[in-house]
Amino acid sequence: LAERPSLAGVRHILLVLSGKGGVGKSTISTELALALRSAGKRVGILDVDLCGPSIPRMLRVQDSAVHQCDSGWVPVFVGQDKAIALMSIGFLLERPDDAVVWRGPKKNALIKQFVTDVAWGDLDFLIVDTPPGTSDEHISAVEALRPHQLLGAILVTTPQ
Amino acid sequence: AEAAELRARLRAVRHTVLVLSGKGGVGKSTFSALLAHGLAADETKQVALLDIDICGPSIPKIMGLEGEQVHQSGSGWSPVYVEENLGVMSVGFLLSSPDDAVIWRGPKKNGLIKQFLRDVDWGEVDYLIVDTPPGTSDEHLSIVQYLSATHIDGAVIITTPQEVSLQDVRKEINFCRKVKLPIIGVVENMSGFVCPKCKNESQIFPPTTGGAEKMCQNLNVSLLGKVPLDPQIGKSCDRGQSFLAEAPESPATLSYRNIIQRIQEYCEQHHLQEEKIM
Repeated sequence: LAERPSLAGVRHILLVLSGKGGVGKSTISTELALALRSAGKRVGILDVDLCGPSIPRMLRVQDSAVHQCDSGWVPVFVGQDKAIALMSIGFLLERPDDAVVWRGPKKNALIKQFVTDVAWGDLDFLIVDTPPGTSDEHISAVEALRPHQLLGAILVTTPQ
Repeated sequence: AEAAELRARLRAVRHTVLVLSGKGGVGKSTFSALLAHGLAADETKQVALLDIDICGPSIPKIMGLEGEQVHQSGSGWSPVYVEENLGVMSVGFLLSSPDDAVIWRGPKKNGLIKQFLRDVDWGEVDYLIVDTPPGTSDEHLSIVQYLSATHIDGAVIITTPQEVSLQDVRKEINFCRKVKLPIIGVVENMSGFVCPKCKNESQIFPPTTGGAEKMCQNLNVSLLGKVPLDPQIGKSCDRGQSFLAEAPESPATLSYRNIIQRIQEYCEQHHLQEEKIM
């Protein structure tokens, strides 16, 4: 039996980018996910900010852990109706204050795993929250997602 | 041999301060620039500001040096001088256009950071201030590794009051402990806003979990000070002017100056202790 690629059931993938830190990428990603869910869409969030994962706290699941199933890692389900699928390195840390002090190659490997080994299921939208900058995480995320339904990027800024 | 090269180049640097966060957009570059200006106000001190944020180098704009280029001489790369006693180096000066994206993976970034330390002719420096990007990754590991050839007085960690920032900053504090980097203290930026018209204070980023003060208590690190929001800060940065010079009466200026003094005192004391040990 051929294995279904983990993103096969995802209709649209949106990247939330900036370049600058602290402008509200994670906030926008979260609010966008909640709004789309409110509108009846099936939504997932992939948090590839490995050094500073903010999404779990924003959705009040900072103390959750992830489990494995036959088709890969099971995302944590969040939101009022527990229907938004979330994956973040935040769930893999033993202690929340543990610094993830990784060089590029290790970060790249995990991001690839987040894309290929998470059982995302059928989603209308997968929102990918990124860290500031234009480096390993961004290159790896785009490389891993490009073969799939990559809709485009939303860029977040502040006025200055 | 490489370590010896770095040691030789950095031998004439008396004090090194790293400005870190973990969280982006909290004011690291702003603080680094003002620390540099503040220390360079003493004309007898030679100050160097090194910007190792390769993807988002803000220092050239904040220091009013956009468009400047780096020159090579027999003794290496020349920093760009803002004042006679204040030199700056940033990848920003190496780009042909300010909008060019530097899309590099870790190893290439590390290579440039090493070059900055090895090939820049800083000369005799009293204070080397290193501005860093957000996170705990290649740039941070590399700078700590390369600067072990000299010594680092310590790190100043910047945050804003809200928990979403603090949770990243706690990681940064743990990073410092992991790599045995002394922590000079924490600065809380954007700590309240006083309306210039009605003088009422608002918490734009409410410290829902006690802010930097509580975090510092819990983690046994020094709180160097709190700096309120002042729209003039952002304006001065955009215009490449020193906020301390443009708004000498602002409560934020007073906070910054106190913090800068505490950092100076820490460095001087540290130096005396080291000399005692030797």
